Amino acid sequence: MNGESVVFWVTAIFSVVGALGLVVSRKAVHSALWVAFAMVNLAILYFMLEAPFLATTQIVVYTGAVMMLFLFVLMIVGVDSSDSLIETIKGQRAIAIVLGLAFGVLIIVGITATASPTVIGLVNENIGYGGNVQGLAHLIFGRYLLAFEATSALLITAVLGAMVLAHRERWAPRKTQSELSRERTRSGQVTPLPNPGVLARSNSVDTPALLPDGTPAQASLPTQFQSNPDDGVKEVTS
Amino acid sequence: MNPNNYLVLAGILFTIGAFGVLVRRNAIIVFMSVEMMLNAANLAFAAASRITGTLDGQVVAFFVMVVAAAEVVVGLAIIVTIFRTRRSASIDEANLLKY
Repeated sequence: MNGESVVFWVTAIFSVVGALGLVVSRKAVHSALWVAFAMVNLAILYFMLEAPFLATTQIVVYTGAVMMLFLFVLMIVGVDSSDSLIETIKGQRAIAIVLGLAFGVLIIVGITATASPTVIGLVNENIGYGGNVQGLAHLIFGRYLLAFEATSALLITAVLGAMVLAHRERWAPRKTQSELSRERTRSGQVTPLPNPGVLARSNSVDTPALLPDGTPAQASLPTQFQSNPDDGVKEVTS
Repeated sequence: MNPNNYLVLAGILFTIGAFGVLVRRNAIIVFMSVEMMLNAANLAFAAASRITGTLDGQVVAFFVMVVAAAEVVVGLAIIVTIFRTRRSASIDEANLLKY
């Protein structure tokens, strides 16, 4: 067993574990962390495959930018957005598992059935261009220039699309301070709302504050957590 | 080592990603599974690049990364927009086109 196989088997097992963690994790944040783990392992595999530029880009773009973007959106959408187990299409889960397994077997058998090719390797290619990055630059700005220009158009369109989608138009004028204070006086709750976790067992944001009679104050929770009143009650009684 | 191992690994990762797309209901997890599938394709491209001894596969993998980044930006913006209007990130809830 040479060094390449050792690194391959370790990173291969780790990346498959990461991918499985993505699929089976109940919480979306755990899934995101598993994906980041798998992607770092894939970056190591890219180094093995004589693609140092791809490996660096993998870490910078995927684990650095894309996965952190995912985590940001998870924070917006709510980390507790767990999966519903209701099947809208009957038997979809079972069919999905059967089809997925069949697909995997098909691909793996198809690949292993072919004769193992002789690896030419990229040493000569990289030396010919003066390095891996230089070689990629030569191709991207030469043979694939049109595709590269198309990507720039794609990126600009994506940025515009994200801005249009994420932009929220302000329909009503911003309320002034006097309007806000008048509203608050009329609403019946003049004082600020209680903080989550006051007098409760823990001070995390999803633990409601306890009122003097010991009942949980749902108003102390952020709105995302109010939809799930069982959590607070469980916390108090345990 | 048999270079086909890299391709088999890419196939396994792709299958697991496809599983995630089919089985999970949370839009963000589905999206991450799609990313996993794209990564598997990238691995296959990089392996093929080494087997054939040309850099073209790596260039294609690079383009896949760029497209994936653009896709993530737009997709997450769509998810956030849907979440704002429907207060849910479940893909079963976005069914207005059905009626």
